[in-house]
Amino acid sequence: MTTAQSTPAPAASERSWYKRNEIAITPWLFLAPAILFFAFYVIWPIYQSISISFYAWDGLGEARYVGMANYVELMDDGAFEVSLWNNLKWLLFYLLAIPGGLFIALFLNQTVTGIRIYKSLFFFPFVLSQVVVGLVFSWFYLPNEGLLNGILALVGLGPVNVLGDPTWATYGIIAAGLWPQTAYCMILYLTGLNAVDPEQIEAGRLDNAKGWKMLWYIIIPQLKPATFIAFVVTIIGALRSFDLISIMTNGGPFGQTRVLSFYMFEKALSEYGFRMGYGAAIAVVLFLIMLVFIAYFLWSMWKEEQVR
Amino acid sequence: MFPTPIEKTPRSWQLTYQSMLPLALIMWLLPLIAVAVFSIKPAEDFTQGNYWGLPSSFEMFNNYGQVFFNSDMPRYMFNSVLITVPTVIGAVALSCLAGFALGIYKFKSNIWIFFMFVAGNFVPFQILMVPVRDLTLDMGLYNTKTGLVLFHVAFQTGFCTLFMRNFIRALPYELIEAARVEGIAEWKIFWYVVIPLMKPAIAALSVLIFTFIWNDYFWAVVLTQGPESQPVTAGITSFNAQFRAAYHLMSAGSIVAALPPVLMFFLMQKHFIAGLTLGAVK
Repeated sequence: MTTAQSTPAPAASERSWYKRNEIAITPWLFLAPAILFFAFYVIWPIYQSISISFYAWDGLGEARYVGMANYVELMDDGAFEVSLWNNLKWLLFYLLAIPGGLFIALFLNQTVTGIRIYKSLFFFPFVLSQVVVGLVFSWFYLPNEGLLNGILALVGLGPVNVLGDPTWATYGIIAAGLWPQTAYCMILYLTGLNAVDPEQIEAGRLDNAKGWKMLWYIIIPQLKPATFIAFVVTIIGALRSFDLISIMTNGGPFGQTRVLSFYMFEKALSEYGFRMGYGAAIAVVLFLIMLVFIAYFLWSMWKEEQVR
Repeated sequence: MFPTPIEKTPRSWQLTYQSMLPLALIMWLLPLIAVAVFSIKPAEDFTQGNYWGLPSSFEMFNNYGQVFFNSDMPRYMFNSVLITVPTVIGAVALSCLAGFALGIYKFKSNIWIFFMFVAGNFVPFQILMVPVRDLTLDMGLYNTKTGLVLFHVAFQTGFCTLFMRNFIRALPYELIEAARVEGIAEWKIFWYVVIPLMKPAIAALSVLIFTFIWNDYFWAVVLTQGPESQPVTAGITSFNAQFRAAYHLMSAGSIVAALPPVLMFFLMQKHFIAGLTLGAVK
């Protein structure tokens, strides 16, 4: 039969190379723009920062290789030590946002009229920019005009200048940071509480679990996913603290409110001179601290993925 | 429900709870209420020491008028819009593509690329600062809105891809298989099958990224200077320098600067919260 020879050849050979490999190629075409942007602006700069930290460079002239000199200098830099301690304070006290958020979430987890408006008004500090939060709190703390001292005067306590006092200033800034962060944790827990299994609560009630016991043994274990996210965002937020410090005290008084992120900025880009290499070395230290947490987060996510 | 629903508790506790709610809210928002009151006071109240009392006259229109017509504030606000809106579009577009690739296809390096985006998203800004500033200078984009937008798009792509990939993972995979059996091209599956299902995720991300970028301060300070390109978060410091110690004007200025994301939040509350709490429940 001659007609048989003119029937289409097996599909595979006639389909184009693209068609045959479509499933393998498509994901890379879709990924290309995101990977390019991300590699150019995020991944490559990390590598560059690490290498700049081995140089002495003012940002304009020729960079001079100095090996570990920047890191050696960090070792007995008093301001670096203060910043490191303050970072630790931030990490510790910022975590108060988690129990604080849980407490407010439990307080608001009711169904009275208007509760939705209450919930959104409690959450609303999170939407404000840190710049505005910083301004609001620095006015709140003002020695004469501030509301805080107005309230303290009512109960007969002397005026305090929170942001002017080297020992209290950092705690004053952390308190300001806790305001939006607690709101964030609250919304995470409100969503989590919504998904708590009512049958387990009933079972607990039958077993006479009440109040704290119920909360500790039945509710909190079920809130684990919310707690994990609250933990991640709070740690990252604590290590990223920059805006509040820059707005509220600009590192002072006497440099006592600096943290690594702020000190790095000050060294690399301020009126005190452009020490890019030294700044990069500080950034690398901060990066290494963050890396511990990043590794932990990725490891937790990886375990999740394996379960699926 | 935990704690015990209020309807099942004694009447006395119900009344206590109802009266505690507004009190707690006022205490929670006290610093903000103080600023709002500041912003409608006349200047004389501050010179005469009437800091926390009622305003001696109602100057809201005067104070806010000053902010809008007698300062650089409108320019900064406009800059913020021109920085925020393109960033939202860019980051959401890139992450829709990347999220689709990572959520649908199985290939060896999939999880590693995903982790690269996640890890990059958690990195401290300071480790990027020197090279990114340098790059921006080299491209001649220092002190331009474009320079800021390009960086923001790149950085936000990390978070957005994490979000989109997890969202697409949760879609029914049978839909894609069914479309493949029909012989539909992969890009058509993306455009006609997946994108329509992603609308809630796109809405949630857009609102979130809008707020994040509007509120960004660090990069605004690092990559721009001066009213021709600075967004409102950075501009407010020069605004405050202009009206040094004029608390009524500085308060009004910060309220104006904070307003757009606040409006966005109250208008799009459902999407906003859905975006923030994705993954808070399993």
